[in-house]
Amino acid sequence: MNIQETYTSLGLSDFEYDRILEFMGRAPNYLELSLFSVMWSEHCGYKNSRPLLKRFPNEGARVLQGPGENAGVVEVGDGWALAFKMESHNHPSAIEPYEGAATGVGGIIRDILAMGARPVALLNSLRFGPLDDERNRYLFREVVRGIGGYGNAIGVPTVGGEVEFAPAYSGNPLVNAMCVGLVRSESLVRARAAGEGNLVVLFGAKTGRDGIHGATFASDELTEESEEKRPNVQVGDPFAGKMLVECSLKLLERDLLVSLQDLGAAGITSSASEMAAKGGVGIEIDAALVPLREEGMEPWEIVISESQERMLAIVEPEKAEEVLRVAGRYELEAAVVGRVAGHGDLRILHRGELVGTVPAGYLADAPVYEREVVPPSYAGEAWRFDLEGLPEPQDYGGVLLDMLAHPTLCSRRSVYEQYDHQVGTDTVVLPGADAAVVRIKGTPLGFAATTDCRGRHCYLAPKGGGMTAVAEAYRNLSCVGALPVALTDCLNFGSPEKPDAYYQFASCIEGVAEACEVLGTPVVSGNVSLYNEAGSGAVYPTPVVGMLGVFEDVSRRATPGIKREGDAVVLVGDFWPALDGSDYLEVVHGRLAGTPPVPDLTSEKAVADAVRRAISAGVVDTAHDLSGGGLAVALTEMALAGEAGIGADVQLLPGGRLDVVLFGESGGCILLAVPEERLVELEEHLEGVHYSLIGRTGGEGLKVLGLVNLALDELEEAYERDLFERHAPEGGQIG
Amino acid sequence: MGGTLVRIGVTIFPGSNCDRDALYAIELAGAEPVELWHADASLKGVDAVVVPGGFSYGDYLRPGAIARFSKVMGPLEEFAKSGGPILGVCNGFQVLTEAHLLPGALLRNRSMRFVCKRVPVRVESTATPWTSLYEPGYELTLPVAHNEGNYFADEKSVSELEDEGRVVLRYLENPNGSLNAIAGICSEWRNVVGLMPHPERFSDAVLGSDRGLKVFESVLRSAGVGV
Repeated sequence: MNIQETYTSLGLSDFEYDRILEFMGRAPNYLELSLFSVMWSEHCGYKNSRPLLKRFPNEGARVLQGPGENAGVVEVGDGWALAFKMESHNHPSAIEPYEGAATGVGGIIRDILAMGARPVALLNSLRFGPLDDERNRYLFREVVRGIGGYGNAIGVPTVGGEVEFAPAYSGNPLVNAMCVGLVRSESLVRARAAGEGNLVVLFGAKTGRDGIHGATFASDELTEESEEKRPNVQVGDPFAGKMLVECSLKLLERDLLVSLQDLGAAGITSSASEMAAKGGVGIEIDAALVPLREEGMEPWEIVISESQERMLAIVEPEKAEEVLRVAGRYELEAAVVGRVAGHGDLRILHRGELVGTVPAGYLADAPVYEREVVPPSYAGEAWRFDLEGLPEPQDYGGVLLDMLAHPTLCSRRSVYEQYDHQVGTDTVVLPGADAAVVRIKGTPLGFAATTDCRGRHCYLAPKGGGMTAVAEAYRNLSCVGALPVALTDCLNFGSPEKPDAYYQFASCIEGVAEACEVLGTPVVSGNVSLYNEAGSGAVYPTPVVGMLGVFEDVSRRATPGIKREGDAVVLVGDFWPALDGSDYLEVVHGRLAGTPPVPDLTSEKAVADAVRRAISAGVVDTAHDLSGGGLAVALTEMALAGEAGIGADVQLLPGGRLDVVLFGESGGCILLAVPEERLVELEEHLEGVHYSLIGRTGGEGLKVLGLVNLALDELEEAYERDLFERHAPEGGQIG
Repeated sequence: MGGTLVRIGVTIFPGSNCDRDALYAIELAGAEPVELWHADASLKGVDAVVVPGGFSYGDYLRPGAIARFSKVMGPLEEFAKSGGPILGVCNGFQVLTEAHLLPGALLRNRSMRFVCKRVPVRVESTATPWTSLYEPGYELTLPVAHNEGNYFADEKSVSELEDEGRVVLRYLENPNGSLNAIAGICSEWRNVVGLMPHPERFSDAVLGSDRGLKVFESVLRSAGVGV
């Protein structure tokens, strides 16, 4: 292989190689080139996204840590803080779905741990191709198993998330995992190396050849040959992960560490150079000191291996022995592998002999690509949608049942029942509600978390779609009664080198940023996943928003389920439903068309804030937002979520075409159910926003305007479908 | 509260993950929780022991199969023989069957999937130190979360369990294919109890119910008066 072939095979361009030559003033050796390859990959270096990400607001009254660390941190109250972040594991999951998803969960847990926080909640946001395809079914089944396999065993509850299906995700599933950790704000840890002469301790699992060049692999399109990169996918061990969590927290509690960093993409290289660059110091690592799982590993393999369940700590020399002893108690490997140095280099040694040296600042200084934003070629055709040409349903009840039974809208119970969502005994509102609610033991405090994004909206209208993702998250948190405070994002897009995908990327970011400004929810952490392209083209632009809200009193909360007979059903918000880009249009008419409404952010905020105030005041305990499938689906969900088995009768709705009213989608609207005697109080809280009484709870079915009249049993049978059984081959069960 | 608190130990194996939940529930019940590390061959003089849920040793080989050989198990087996109250929950139940402190085995769920949900159950026997405060036949909902909760034993053992009233808890909706919908059993001397559902997860009203707390309160009374 000549030098050009070598750097090309490592994913570096001619331009990037020239930049390396210029920086170094000499030709790098293979090890050094490998360091650049991983650190300048899109995954680690954000070379296509950095200029765009600057657009996000990231400051706020409750923000203790914004972007730039392992996770963002916000304040809850009474000295408690929450560290949270979301990350993608799309490429590995496309090739090896169980391990890809499992290590995605393990990786995000370690990010939270690196902040000194105990991981207390997991969420995941998933996208797959349609389930009539066998490969998609396999990916879906194994990703869900992988998430459960890791999360259940490590003992962090999976409390929420979402799943969407669309052809654009065929062969390129999206697997985004989010973790929330709890920490006393004075105990926050940062990944900054400091103190010349301090030691570098690696602890956790042994290092093997798994995940070599994983970060580079994650920064390329998926092709037929991707299957050959299976060895690039790491293998997770939740048991070791659990020991790593307990050991790290013990080390921090005993004040034995100067700083801590997890090992993720690009392994020791990435962790050590980030710690060095942040601390403005150098780090020397002797690869021969790293405990290995297999023989004959080259130094360059050792330093970029992505073996899972490892952490890197900076330790004062006199405390090193005790650190190793504590790790031993947790049955983990631990070794002093290097030291902090006065020079600013990342130096790799092997048995004391220098085998590579690169200034850490160079590795952190990936080139930046800014591209032109050009409106996409597909837009004109896709936006064309004429409501006049669309026939109205003959049988509204039948259409509703069809929608409820469709994978896009049916219950996610068969997914979340495979995740332990109660371990930790803190989960107050379980999966299936608008947002999950977790209490903080020993206090009245709590938090809520949700993940949201409508890929189809973002495809049809990227900027509006980005705004909608943030607005929906804000609304979901408000529906359970939590005050939204900040968000993490996971930006999943196609190749930035293609104009359509770059346009989507830039526009979605603009939409997310604008919504964050209006709603007052800064972006405190995030992750970018580009090159999500399989043979069939790019995925839908999917900027997933993971938002966190806080409770002063977690007992003042709401859930979607109807709780009493005779409650007034109140529709709050500006109800302007449309079929453009709606689930109804896709599920019932097989069409992806129109321009979905751009959210009115001011109205969104006013409505969500009013509802939250009513919940916090103890007036409302039943709330659910309008989302996919519109009003009819939202009402069904409220009836089915209630343990009491109580239906509703809706007699009054604003005029317009009835299919639009029942199934059209409208942002900024929330349904409430309140006892008659509390209506006056509710009206005080709703002052300044639009609302109307549309019906009452009661009966054993759902009645809407004489168009829908269905028993709860019928609705339940349609809605509670097992997503894994419906397309399974003979025998029915999934093995 | 005067006098000495009842002390209840919780074994912690590598991979246990409901240990902290059990410690918390014990505290809520009014007892003193005591951590029992797997590598220490001592029960620290506790009055009762909970073997908590989780994935001890990663569930490698078989759930509970490796944990049963850890150092803490020797004294635990002695404690069982001397009539000490022991409760195994979920993975703890699996550990106790592997250690032959309870008969039978817990197989993969019939669905071949992990299942986490709340299921209705009935207290079939109150003649154990862990269920004495319930009314016989009391029905309640408890959370389950397991991959291997499908109780199995040979025909003779199962009919012994049934005849001797040693089925302690029974599912009203069987989530995993357990024989006779068995959710929990006790040993011949009734002091060792294994439950697949998690009473500690329903020991605090904010979590949806506190009806599981009586399991821990029961043992307080039993420990107080001796078993």
